Amino acid sequence: MFGKLGWDAIPLGQPIPLIAGAVVMLVLLGILAWVAVKGWLPYFWNEWITSVDHKHIGIMYVLLGLVMLLRGFIDAIMMRSQQALAFHAQGYLPPEHYDQVFSAHGTLMILFGAMPLVIGIMNFVVPLQLGVRDVAFPTLNSVSFWLTATGALLVNISLVVGEFSRVGWLPYPPLSELRYSPGVGVDYYLWAVQISGIGTLLTGINFVTTILKIRAPGMTYLRMPMFCWTALASCLLIIAAFPVLTASLAMLTLDRYLGFHFFTNEAGGNAMMFVNLIWAWGHPEVYILVLPAFGIYSEVISTFSGKPLFGYRSMVAATLFICIVSFCVWLHHFFTMGAGGDVNAVFGIASSIIAVGTGVKMYNWLFTMYGGRIRFATPMLWSLGFMTTFITGGLTGVLLAVPPADFLLHNSMFLVAHFHHVIVGGVVFAVFAALIYWWPKAFGFRLHEGWGKAAFWCALAGFYVTFVPFYIDGVLGMTRRLQHYDVAEWRPWILVSAFGVLILLAGAVCQIVQIIVSITHRNELRDTTGDPWDGRSLEWATPSPPPVFNFAILPQVHDAEAYWDVKRRAREMNGSGLEPHYEAVEMPRNSPTGFVCAFFATIIGFALVWHIWWLMIAGLVGAYATFVVFAWRDVPEYVIPADEVARIDRANRLARQEALHGASAA
Amino acid sequence: MSAAGATISTSDPYRLGSRGPNLARGHGGGGPASKRVVVGYGFWLFLLSDIVIFACLFATYAVLSDATAGGPKARDIFDLQRVAIETACLLASSFFCGIATIAVARRNQILTQAALIATGLLGLAFILLEASEFAALHAQGDGPTRSAFLTAFFTLVGCHGVHVTAGLLWLGTMMAQFYAKGFRPDIGRRFLCFSMFWHFLDIVWVAIFSLVYLVGTRL
Repeated sequence: MFGKLGWDAIPLGQPIPLIAGAVVMLVLLGILAWVAVKGWLPYFWNEWITSVDHKHIGIMYVLLGLVMLLRGFIDAIMMRSQQALAFHAQGYLPPEHYDQVFSAHGTLMILFGAMPLVIGIMNFVVPLQLGVRDVAFPTLNSVSFWLTATGALLVNISLVVGEFSRVGWLPYPPLSELRYSPGVGVDYYLWAVQISGIGTLLTGINFVTTILKIRAPGMTYLRMPMFCWTALASCLLIIAAFPVLTASLAMLTLDRYLGFHFFTNEAGGNAMMFVNLIWAWGHPEVYILVLPAFGIYSEVISTFSGKPLFGYRSMVAATLFICIVSFCVWLHHFFTMGAGGDVNAVFGIASSIIAVGTGVKMYNWLFTMYGGRIRFATPMLWSLGFMTTFITGGLTGVLLAVPPADFLLHNSMFLVAHFHHVIVGGVVFAVFAALIYWWPKAFGFRLHEGWGKAAFWCALAGFYVTFVPFYIDGVLGMTRRLQHYDVAEWRPWILVSAFGVLILLAGAVCQIVQIIVSITHRNELRDTTGDPWDGRSLEWATPSPPPVFNFAILPQVHDAEAYWDVKRRAREMNGSGLEPHYEAVEMPRNSPTGFVCAFFATIIGFALVWHIWWLMIAGLVGAYATFVVFAWRDVPEYVIPADEVARIDRANRLARQEALHGASAA
Repeated sequence: MSAAGATISTSDPYRLGSRGPNLARGHGGGGPASKRVVVGYGFWLFLLSDIVIFACLFATYAVLSDATAGGPKARDIFDLQRVAIETACLLASSFFCGIATIAVARRNQILTQAALIATGLLGLAFILLEASEFAALHAQGDGPTRSAFLTAFFTLVGCHGVHVTAGLLWLGTMMAQFYAKGFRPDIGRRFLCFSMFWHFLDIVWVAIFSLVYLVGTRL
């Protein structure tokens, strides 16, 4: 009846996951009960869960990403403390649990932390920067988000029902085959990543269509803000790379479920083919994450230097160069496979060349700051922290791209240090810069600067204290993923690294405090103008938070810095010009399709993990029924009358005129 | 680029041979494209991503096609006659899908439904033939678990079959929508996507027919 699921799936013998799971369940139930008691359920259902508004979906993505980032950070604390204790000892995490912790850490951080954060920021910002009202396919956008949430939910269910994968964040066969991993851990991984991967693919399709086909009048390609260019490159990579992930995970799934022989040791299977396929996705994946991060830095550095971005066209070219070359480097993840000197040389050279594109960007950011009037607000601090950290990470990456060096450093702590330098220093720093930069646009008030700076300095110091020792341990020969060890030379650096995690923890606490303090002091931090940073692109032309339709009239773009151009004209004309003629606006209606789809996807995923076939069939039928019901709807849009549009836009114009006159008076 | 640009853009919307601003909707600075263009474009992107999935399966098949593990080789199990009939069914099915496109453009309900029924029946015939091939192989002990070659073969061809089956379900909903709601613009856009999907499956099948069946029986 319930397939492989029985009471033995609940880890009653292991207190840590059980207590963690119980706490999470209690918190979730508590929040739900609180919301229900306050009578907010209809609000959450109408305004958030069923919302197809790209701004609300973006905020939900970021929230999911932040929660998963915290969950992955807890895994990191467990790994650091385990290694601090497990010198000539077993520590407090047995191997089978420690293996799940590092597998969950990688999976959560990349696929359910960084990806939702980056995609959430794209969701919120891109349509605003393009000067349009929504993405190309609003309901599909909601489906994407909820499928991602389904994946995150499945990973977290595995904490208390069954187990998670123990084979690392990429399930290399033959270890991940049924013979060596008979439990449900790998199955949880496969279905969680597969379902969320489909969500990500749909996002990629949605945003490429939006950016290439739906822009404000006058916004030619070379007038798009840099963040839109990087989002475009990232989404092109998603369309080209995520199907490879889907295919390779599907093949492993067939091996495990139906006894196929893609990657098995028997009957002619080829395990190295999985490694090739998964990295043909995996390497573009890191550029999917870091290209939008580059876009964020471009926006932040330009705004806080008070200058246009230096070398805009070369920045576009560098972005597209990275986009293409990122598909020609995947083999550097396994130089030791034995493909031969020629193949290794080709991929080694390609891996070094891709750093040229990033180098172009670095110089462009430096020259953007040169001669500018720099304001050291928190987003700018994160950007500066990124520039130093990413250069270190990039240089060690170029070192690892040299095959002979890689033979020595392969799978060592040096590698772990390298990719944390580029992913934390590149992506996570960008996410915090973006969070503080666009927060006032999303919620109508700024974040507290003091706590933000404290969070930044703790994170930066904690980052270096944690990860620089990894380089040293790597050179000393320490491999990654060790549950215990007995080499005395490694020990001091492990302890330094554990201390660094405490500093990072202080940073995380400061970051949470910053958000709480800012919410309680929101009236003092209120952004009344909609343009708190003296911004240059169109999102700052809307009030904070923007109305559901973003722009009452689609703006006419004349310049690469659309809003800066508007402000300049307004100053010349000493006012915002004549009031436009307002018309009624058609907006897509909210739809529970995404949420219902995710509900059935969760059922299907859970049923497949535990081999509960009747439940899987029920879930499939439900998903198909949802599709038909959605196709059957008659009124996909609603109309906001012209009077209402005019009322909202007049308030925005008034605030801007006051700000303009205030600036000229001061 | 006000009045003068607008007049030029109506006579020559894509500004062929001109270096001036492109004011066609959805191009350059012309503002958002029409819904039909947006939907079609998005679906094209989806098809491209689907092609990447098939590319992975083709590459895997190429790598594993010699890994027969002592089991049958390609030429031992392929029956070209059956495959030729399958191919004919699928291509004819696409032909009727094209007829349906014309019927939809003419708002002709009877012709639309008839052409879609023909499309669906031919698609169903294709699926049944493929299923019988799979069942026969399985019955003689040459199922996908026999060797890595058969694993790759069943997955590549089966993945195409799953797509056709999903297409048949979609086709059913399209017929129902045309019948119940008529030729609404949004349903027309969905049909545009469906016909693209159906022709795309043809293209994939042509690749499977050539690279798997034809090449396989020659080696």
